[in-house]
Amino acid sequence: MGVFVDENVCNGCGIAVEPMCVRDCPGDLMILKENRKAMIRDNRECWDCAACVKVCPTQAIAMQLPSSVIVRGVRLKGRAIKHKTTWKLRLRDGTERNYETPSTGSPPFTPSL
Amino acid sequence: MNDFEELSCDLLVIGGGAAGCVAAIEAREKAPDLDVLLVEKAHIYRSGCLAAGISALNAYLTPGETAESFLRYTIRDTHGIVRDDLVLSMAREVNEQSHRVEKWGLPIPRDENGHPLKRGRASIKILGERIKPIIGKATEASGARILNRVNVTGLASHRGRIIGAFGFHVRTGKFYAIRAKAVLVCTGGTAGLYRPNNPGMAAHRMWYSPFNTGAGFAMGIRAGAEMTSFEFRFIPLRIKDAIAPTGEIAQWLGAKQINAKGEPYLEKYYQHLGGARMTTQDRLYATLQEKAAGRGPCYLDLRNVDPRKLEGTTRAYLSMAPPAAMLLQDEMYYGRGGGSMAPVEITGSEPHVVGGHGLSGYWIDEKRRTTLPGLWAAGDVAGGSPKKYAPGAWAEGVLAMRDMIEVARERKMPELDEEQVLGERDRVFAPFEEKQGTPPRELEERLQKVMDEYAGGISQGYGYSEGELDIAEIHLRRLEQEFPAITASSLHELLHAHELMDRVTVSQTLVAHMAHRKETRWHCYQERLDYPERDDARWSVFVNSVRRGDRIEMVERPVERAALEVVLPPLADGAIIRHGGE
Repeated sequence: MGVFVDENVCNGCGIAVEPMCVRDCPGDLMILKENRKAMIRDNRECWDCAACVKVCPTQAIAMQLPSSVIVRGVRLKGRAIKHKTTWKLRLRDGTERNYETPSTGSPPFTPSL
Repeated sequence: MNDFEELSCDLLVIGGGAAGCVAAIEAREKAPDLDVLLVEKAHIYRSGCLAAGISALNAYLTPGETAESFLRYTIRDTHGIVRDDLVLSMAREVNEQSHRVEKWGLPIPRDENGHPLKRGRASIKILGERIKPIIGKATEASGARILNRVNVTGLASHRGRIIGAFGFHVRTGKFYAIRAKAVLVCTGGTAGLYRPNNPGMAAHRMWYSPFNTGAGFAMGIRAGAEMTSFEFRFIPLRIKDAIAPTGEIAQWLGAKQINAKGEPYLEKYYQHLGGARMTTQDRLYATLQEKAAGRGPCYLDLRNVDPRKLEGTTRAYLSMAPPAAMLLQDEMYYGRGGGSMAPVEITGSEPHVVGGHGLSGYWIDEKRRTTLPGLWAAGDVAGGSPKKYAPGAWAEGVLAMRDMIEVARERKMPELDEEQVLGERDRVFAPFEEKQGTPPRELEERLQKVMDEYAGGISQGYGYSEGELDIAEIHLRRLEQEFPAITASSLHELLHAHELMDRVTVSQTLVAHMAHRKETRWHCYQERLDYPERDDARWSVFVNSVRRGDRIEMVERPVERAALEVVLPPLADGAIIRHGGE
């Protein structure tokens, strides 16, 4: 288990040659179905690297870990925007925690690490 | 039959990870008149080890450190078996290459004096969530030719010289034959040789990239390249279940390793191994010993850490191992923590063959030339120089490319041998011809079971003896004999078929190395239960191998110490061993 695509949100990246997640998955696991929605071939192969999660322009992809690792309901979404990535981590009771990670360019002089 | 295309280039780079991308950029900058082609099986934006990001550069000389001090640290950690020439030449490049990647956009936080924030003597903090897209885009901007989605399966040769490579497109099935004046292999190390930590659905929740399957090792072994130190298996100590790096917690937060009784066990029970200053492998060994002594499991103690710092740690994990962030937060609120941080359980991972952390890989010279003329190696496929991590991979890619440029200028474009092209094409697509055969996933399960049980996997506490290795060897030979019966019904499964075959080939060389070294030099990494002591008088040598057909010939190479003195960790009887010096 790794990532789940919300078909109500995914638009197959519109007229793009291939969806961003299909382009970026390091295991070549994301494919485009005939209905122009992205899906993962097999979650057993997923490395949980979140490359697809972050690059999805519609935030249609969420990461969930297998039950042998973590209880169901803990879910991670993210979005790469210009110089940072924003994250939404949902815990098992539904509470959401938000994070930001600076990703490119000069970091703040005294970063809050 | 499948589409076919022949390509030619002056400089061929196989693998678009850390080493390959920077090597290709170096080629464009230093030799814009030469044509460089980079071939990658996924897409260079997120391929290889750096896909999820990294939060530190672990081979960076902080103020006061030198290439020599880095070498001294490496020699001590590998109990003397290390190539001083490779470590020194790499260490002299790591800072410059790190600053180069910083210029492309990698954020490196600095203190008020302009120094990168230090995490350890040779480790600095970075904000590396997007490190791979940054490098990938710099590679595109350099003007290097990039061929994404082509999985290289083998090397082309002429009278012993490497003159190119073969591969297939994982989306279209087109077969590529590429000729080149100089070839760099940098496809990464190998995960998935052993049964992994997590089962079934979570099998790929592992530390190393599951998509690094030893293709570069396997193509070199098949072509007769000399390999070194496969028996030095790298097994990192990880956060249990998430199998994520512990350095973030241990180095950055200063969390101590404690046992189930809450004792700092490294200091309390293992002073003879060096206590808190023991080698990387001994930290893992001590953790296993605690379990055997009835004091397991072991943890990293986060109870006294400032919770605000833990939020920073969560962000760091999001930038390199997102599952660890999920686990950390879930544990903190709902696990044993009950609102504050509980100790985090630690465990050893599956064993890997990887030259960027360990010693194993191609036997190369200072210019990163392999023993096969025309072929260079860099990064995780290159042996003899451990602890290179990302900066070392960049350094090696650059060092290799500088020499390749000189060689390529002197050489004419080679011609491929048609028989070799057709032979490799048949081998590549054979799993499509076999309709009733065995799917690669089933053979992967068998490989991992054999390696786990008979070649010192997790279930065996990493230990093994000669009798078990003999059985492993027989099983691996049988697996190899079943290659013609492997079936694939899609291009993706064809990729798996080759990944599986490559891992079997790597395992055969690995087991031959494990059988040859008759001592225990590196606990857990190389744990011979039938020869439990370190034997410096006999085994202060590199164990190397060359495969010729079915036979794996073992050779030993001397360790040549640079002019510096290093005191190795003491032997079991307390004897002090010095290396080098007067």
